[in-house]
Amino acid sequence: MRTEIKTYDVVIIGGGVIGTSIARELSRYKIDVALLEKEIELAFGVSKSNSGIIHPGTQNLPGSLKGRLCVQGNILTRRIAKELGVEFQEVGELIVAFNKEENSRLFELKKEAETMGVPGLRIVGGDWLRENEPNLNGEAIAALYAPTAGIISPYRLVYALAENAVKNGVEIHVLTAVEGIKFLKDDKYKFDVITSRGVFRARFIINAAGLYADKIASMAGVSDLKITPRKGEEFILDKKKENLTRHLLFPLPSKTSKGILVTRTSDGNPMIGPTVQDVEDKEDLLTSDEGYKKVVSAARRLVPSINKNDIITYFAGLRPVCGDDFIVRHENNVPGFVNVVGIQSPGLTAAPAIAGMVKKILENNGLDMKKKFFFKRYQGKVTHLFSKSLYKIKKLVKRDHAYGDILCRCEMVSVKEVKDAIKRGARTMDGIKFRTRAQGGRCHGGFCTTRIMKILAEETNVPITELTKRGAGSEIVKEERGND
Amino acid sequence: MINRELVVVGGGPAGMAAAISAYENGVRDILLLERDQYLGGILNQCIHTGFGLDYFDEVLTGPEYADRFIKKIRNIPEIEVSLRSFVVDLTEDKVLTYLKPGSVETIKAGALIMATGCRERTREMIHIPGTRPAGVFSAGLAQKFINIEGLLPGKKIVIVGSGDIGLIMARRFLLEGAEVEGIVEIKSESRGLIRNMVQCVEDFNIPVYFNHKISGIYGKDRVEKVDIVRVDKEFNKVAGTETRLDCDTVLISVGLIPENELIEMAGVEIDKKTNSPVSKEVNRTSIPGIFVCGNSFKVYDLVDTVSNESIKAGCMIAEYLGYKITCNEE
Ligand SMILES: Cc1cc2nc3c(=O)[nH]c(=O)nc-3n(C[C@H](O)[C@H](O)[C@H](O)COP(=O)(O)OP(=O)(O)OC[C@H]3O[C@@H](n4cnc5c(N)ncnc54)[C@H](O)[C@@H]3O)c2cc1C
Ligand SMILES: Cc1cc2nc3c(=O)[nH]c(=O)nc-3n(C[C@H](O)[C@H](O)[C@H](O)COP(=O)(O)OP(=O)(O)OC[C@H]3O[C@@H](n4cnc5c(N)ncnc54)[C@H](O)[C@@H]3O)c2cc1C
Repeated sequence: MRTEIKTYDVVIIGGGVIGTSIARELSRYKIDVALLEKEIELAFGVSKSNSGIIHPGTQNLPGSLKGRLCVQGNILTRRIAKELGVEFQEVGELIVAFNKEENSRLFELKKEAETMGVPGLRIVGGDWLRENEPNLNGEAIAALYAPTAGIISPYRLVYALAENAVKNGVEIHVLTAVEGIKFLKDDKYKFDVITSRGVFRARFIINAAGLYADKIASMAGVSDLKITPRKGEEFILDKKKENLTRHLLFPLPSKTSKGILVTRTSDGNPMIGPTVQDVEDKEDLLTSDEGYKKVVSAARRLVPSINKNDIITYFAGLRPVCGDDFIVRHENNVPGFVNVVGIQSPGLTAAPAIAGMVKKILENNGLDMKKKFFFKRYQGKVTHLFSKSLYKIKKLVKRDHAYGDILCRCEMVSVKEVKDAIKRGARTMDGIKFRTRAQGGRCHGGFCTTRIMKILAEETNVPITELTKRGAGSEIVKEERGND
Repeated sequence: MINRELVVVGGGPAGMAAAISAYENGVRDILLLERDQYLGGILNQCIHTGFGLDYFDEVLTGPEYADRFIKKIRNIPEIEVSLRSFVVDLTEDKVLTYLKPGSVETIKAGALIMATGCRERTREMIHIPGTRPAGVFSAGLAQKFINIEGLLPGKKIVIVGSGDIGLIMARRFLLEGAEVEGIVEIKSESRGLIRNMVQCVEDFNIPVYFNHKISGIYGKDRVEKVDIVRVDKEFNKVAGTETRLDCDTVLISVGLIPENELIEMAGVEIDKKTNSPVSKEVNRTSIPGIFVCGNSFKVYDLVDTVSNESIKAGCMIAEYLGYKITCNEE
């Protein structure tokens, strides 16, 4: 708990991809910035459970903010990924048509997307598909090919953004839940942000609280926003099936969603989903039998060889929906308060463009944004054995023996990688999984859990009985065995 | 590249028995690779008794059983044991690469015995709807927590599946002072050994829900409860028969799967359903000179059978390498 009150030019609420993108963007300027996150680690909200696609900008309504920011974001994400050493793979997507009617919709989609500025679009026919996407259902007659679609690891992007922001002077506070906002009579510092860990005084507040952004907005007196969570269930297949498809495969989109896709995670596991279902509860991450059946059958329509036995895990995510479009605006009735609300899909893609927009909003509302003389733009790659050739692995093991000490057999993760992850901020078993993939493979930690726990306990000086899956309440074990 | 006559991957009971038997049949250049820091494989965490009745005519614990083979191996200098050596790559030509702290080695083997054991089927593989809280463990992991790490993973347990490890863990948890709310088995009888059913479950009056399946796991951060439901002969839910059990832990004991990712990488034909090598004869695979034995060939109930079949594997490989074998064909 902080007793003295520190002041900031900007306080960002929310440590997902939006909050950390904004933090990194603002870290270029000579201003004091703090980011507050209620969970024990960053990226534990919506940003951890999504499809990980950097969309090209197709399937958005012309004229929408979503559409514009998505196209920009696709370009910016490539640059940021390069600067921060995060792997971005441009794999391209195919929106597949199975009959004449769908075929003509492809042309409409292409036209719409072109007016939004999506580059390189092409309609490809059945022969092209059979040659370039051999496992696609043979009944497909044509597809809209968008070569700029890519994949990225959403949480590793968040961790890299945060690390870079911190290097450039941003403060990040986890386990810091915003509980209220007090208005001050001061001309400069207009807000006291009341949190579980003390007060942060701010000139500007940026609300990037994901599913809870409506709650934060109402703390600031903006009460006309309501977020409806829209659930999506996703299913991940064994990495053995890495070559299932070459492109991301989409059916034709409906009004509310892009449909059930066959995609791939940046680690090489095919992924199928998501479903679309509006729910009440912002914590409702239940997966269901219905979702499972729906996803498997829809995915098999695209790729008939998909086998249920290849599914190694599944999860649900909630899209923070607030109307049809993103809301990114300064609240003129509450000077200094900026809302970034309703960041549903394609929020991951649009994040850097949203950050740029927020920067302009701050500038337009009187924040003096002078560039720092030294901005540490670049950051080294985090080393993952699984993405290295045997030759490279040999060199690594020579350099540091701990790379040769493998603890996760399914995903080939070494002790060194786990220790690095902890150095970079991992505090939970999920945090280690997201960063390294250890426990994320086909045996789900059956073999490596105890070893990881011992390392985590030792490196962070926390008793093994207090280690958690993802924060307080999710302790892994109950107690040490009695001696009797 | 270094050439070795015989490389054995896996230092559990299967790998040890096969290496010894190959030696006894004339092979003199043997490298045994084990990922872990000690030999013995999964037996190290099986501290209950019940091993060796067949093979040694004695009742031993898992580590005691393993120890007999370890001692024997230690006395054969021609078997080089390399611990903390994790095989990561294997080709059709029997070239394998392994990592150990400080080095990466590539070796060409004249012949290979793969004895990599098996892994447990997970919650994810049987698709249980619900949330994904802490407190869902495979039974083998829970066993490791208690027997090796001295940690109690839960206090109110529901066990899914009546495999042997689940049954043994039911008793273990009771002895540790935890409560076992029940064992949920989708079939109408246990898949475990009768002796485990009697000694671990009936003697302790643990409720067993036959013809039931788990239909949901709930709890935000830690498991809070599960729903179970009766199923018909086709394993479909019978409406209106849901029961809720409060618990903080769910153990999954729904079977084992042979670990054969390495030979699959080399191009050995694998049965998609069982993950075993497709083979007409025990221990053989579709690639001559690559043999598989123990639980990675198929899941055996008893370690004694594993030892016997693995001794056979040692003979087969010696024969493949051109030695005149002395083991008798039954
Ligand atoms: C199933 C699914 C698939 C998707 N697929 C894609 C895709 O392929 N491509 C794409 O571009 N987009 C995709 N999206 C959308 C994308 O995931 C989101 O737009 C994005 O992650 C939103 O990020 P965020 O930072 O706004 O939210 P979050 O990641 O939820 O971050 C908000 C943070 O605020 C914190 N917080 C909340 N309240 C408080 C408080 N009181 N005090 C402090 N902190 C607080 C939360 O803990 C959380 O960490 C998908 C979404 C879903 C659900
Ligand atoms: C929890 C449990 C309880 C059991 N209880 C009983 C019982 O009560 N009575 C009974 O008779 N039987 C019991 N069994 C069965 C018996 O233990 C097994 O049948 C026997 O251990 C199988 O031997 P194995 O050598 O095939 O496999 P394992 O013992 O699993 O050995 C495989 C070895 O290969 C190593 N390995 C794997 N991959 C690699 C790699 N890539 N590189 C290097 N090394 C690798 C592993 O580290 C391991 O040491 C039990 C089994 C389990 C899992």
